[in-house]
Amino acid sequence: MNKMTILLGLILSWLSAGALAMGEADPLLSRVVIDQLEIRDAAHHRPWVLEAQGWTGYDLHKLRWKADLEWVESELEEAVVQVLYSRAADPYWDWQIGWQYQSRPRPEQHALVLGVRGLAPYWLETDAALLLGKQGRMSIQLKLEHEMMLTQRWVLIPELSTQWQRRIEPGLGSGADLALGVRLAYEIRREFAPYLGLVWQRRLTGRAQMARQAGEAVSETQWVAGVKLWF
Amino acid sequence: MHVPVLPEMAQPDLSRRRFVQGVAAAGAAFSLGVGAAVPLQSRLGPDTLRGQNFTLTYTPTEVNFTGTQRWATAINGSVPAPTLRFREGETVTLDVVNRLAEDTSIHWHGLILPSSQDGVPHISEGFTGIRPGEQFRYQFPLVQNGTYWYHSHSGFQEQMGAYGAIVIEPKAGYPFAFDREYALVLSDWSDESPEAVYATLKKMPHYYNQRERTLGDTWQQLQKDGVAGFFADRDMWNQMRMSDRDISDVTGAIYTFLLNGVPPATGWLGLFQRGETVLLRIINAAAMTLFDVCIPGLQMTVVAADGQYIEPVSVDEIRFGVAETYDVLVTPSAEQAYTIFAQAIDRSGYARGTLTPDPSWTAEVPELDPAPVLGHRDMGMAMHHAGHGAHHAGHHMQPRRRSSTATQPVGQQLTRHALPMGSGPAGFGSRARVVHASTEYGPQVDMRADAAVYQLDDPGVGLRNNGRRVLTYADLFNLYPTPDPREPEREINLHLTGNMSRYMWSINGISFADAEPLFLQLGERVRINLLNDTMMNHPIHLHGMWSDLETGDPQRIPRKHTVIVQPGAKISYLVTADAPGGWAYHCHLLYHMLGMFRHVIVR
Repeated sequence: MNKMTILLGLILSWLSAGALAMGEADPLLSRVVIDQLEIRDAAHHRPWVLEAQGWTGYDLHKLRWKADLEWVESELEEAVVQVLYSRAADPYWDWQIGWQYQSRPRPEQHALVLGVRGLAPYWLETDAALLLGKQGRMSIQLKLEHEMMLTQRWVLIPELSTQWQRRIEPGLGSGADLALGVRLAYEIRREFAPYLGLVWQRRLTGRAQMARQAGEAVSETQWVAGVKLWF
Repeated sequence: MHVPVLPEMAQPDLSRRRFVQGVAAAGAAFSLGVGAAVPLQSRLGPDTLRGQNFTLTYTPTEVNFTGTQRWATAINGSVPAPTLRFREGETVTLDVVNRLAEDTSIHWHGLILPSSQDGVPHISEGFTGIRPGEQFRYQFPLVQNGTYWYHSHSGFQEQMGAYGAIVIEPKAGYPFAFDREYALVLSDWSDESPEAVYATLKKMPHYYNQRERTLGDTWQQLQKDGVAGFFADRDMWNQMRMSDRDISDVTGAIYTFLLNGVPPATGWLGLFQRGETVLLRIINAAAMTLFDVCIPGLQMTVVAADGQYIEPVSVDEIRFGVAETYDVLVTPSAEQAYTIFAQAIDRSGYARGTLTPDPSWTAEVPELDPAPVLGHRDMGMAMHHAGHGAHHAGHHMQPRRRSSTATQPVGQQLTRHALPMGSGPAGFGSRARVVHASTEYGPQVDMRADAAVYQLDDPGVGLRNNGRRVLTYADLFNLYPTPDPREPEREINLHLTGNMSRYMWSINGISFADAEPLFLQLGERVRINLLNDTMMNHPIHLHGMWSDLETGDPQRIPRKHTVIVQPGAKISYLVTADAPGGWAYHCHLLYHMLGMFRHVIVR
């Protein structure tokens, strides 16, 4: 933890050194975005999901963080956080490097994150990362999102999110998850939009195999209701 | 010259202190149809100060333009600041007192004066701003006449109300006749703090755009252009990840547009008697808003641009870039009220005033025009797509047809055939090939216009083919012979650059903070070629020296202080570097200016 604190301090001080050189055109700013704060209507339970992210930094250099949390019956089932240094690579893309900590599900895991994030042609918000953990653990994450303005306030947001893992359990091969979602949001303000949506999740390859062995469903469709907000 | 504020000097003139009437009361009166119930005083605009000695005091002042009390950065307690009336040939002394909690300054926009009096902290010679509680004495001779304005050049104070009109009466009389005159100051007011607005733009650049492309637009375009046409058009925008609805960064979503400090619910009031010729000195003192001004029922004869006389030209409508001024003559022949209608370029709102023989009358307020949509030409792209007008790449300016009559008939605009020219003689712009500097490549620049052309006769997005005769730069010719007829000795190419999705602005891809000063040789005649590599209009202002805009007649080059560079287009002007010292050179859109700025040094 000490090492992390020092690293964070170094990054922040380097960022603020930039501020002196850049002047007021490029002030130090922070943004917090809660992409999804929602309740899901699953087969046997109603989990709460929080997907949040944010940054502190400048036009081209930012310290970013992300958090994915899920509670089932008040128990924290999933808790993953990332802290990343983000640097602009071109007008629309940033590359990112950082660290992921997964506290739930157990066991705790740490991973190095190498990623890109940006806006692909046709207005596709893209976030892709390669994660490298201990004992040769490796996974790839990809998330695509598009905001379709139906009116100046109604927004339809299709989303694809997928994750592939090289080796999930000894003896099993690779595993993958796929989730497709669509959310219909109403922007009461730009910063605040409640929504309703539908999410379809599918476990693939080794993941599907594990689920079948455990007697769980391989795919599932859930209604979701929640709110997006930022400040 | 800095001196401590003495108590007797610091006394703000309380008789002139004016609390601006809010829309709440005013709006109610208007809807009842009793215009006279609104105190007339509140509709007449700022006071006028005359003479050679002035005291201007910056004081936080309460205003109410929206129904909510807010603090403005007011000068002499008034938004706009008092109109200053000078006389050409005199020397004026202006003591600026700072009663704010932060540094301040005043820049005399368009005035030709020594660098030390220009009022830009850390750029004007020896000037670092006016500290709280201090005062600064400006003193300079007036070497010109016409309509100008003044504003703070510190932080975002201009957005907070620190602007006012300057009128310099000519020594030798006017080259036209009029019976009365008004200075009209257009501006944009927000209850939000400018710092918050800037931060919001950085976080979500399209935040204030309430006219985004929606499913309904897609459906309409599909019906109009067919599936193939739709995809051909949309593909470019989608590949570039840009919006054809991106007209203004800050809009009527948070702006209340003011004419002489009066919100549109009541509107500024100007009186005339039938048959009089009225001179309107119109100034765009907004922070971020270009205005399109018309007076339904009246033709405007434009007699001066940026304070300098031009060959009179009669039009129905004028686009005002931020900081531009035009003087127009109107002769209302009917015993009726007329609306002065100033639409924001994105049509998200308007400022208005009433010209009337009777203060209780109001005229109909026209509907806002449809919101403009950018086309491929606004991206500086070659027009190889069908259906986007007859504009073709690569054309040069044609020498204008010399005409003995001052005004050109409507529709007889310059044609734009490619004409062979010399290697860019004065008056016609550059013939140099467009080259993008290597510094324009990187995350800070999202677009480079490869087929940018001169389009002086283009009234601009939202004004094309609107059925009105709109003033264009191709209409501007100096009333007098070109003061410096020399050919340019060299050319400077400046590309206006930015990244809309990161809200970054720069010149040649380099933000002001990282830029070297731009050096001009004292006495040289230089051509500056501005090319707009963005999809927004940028009004570019050079301090201290005239921008002699090349509009096609070397004998009659008009002089401007602020020049709109249209999206994806280029424009050229000549500069006589006769003013030694440091000068600011920048986009006059307040939230672009921090990056799209250069320090010019003449030596």
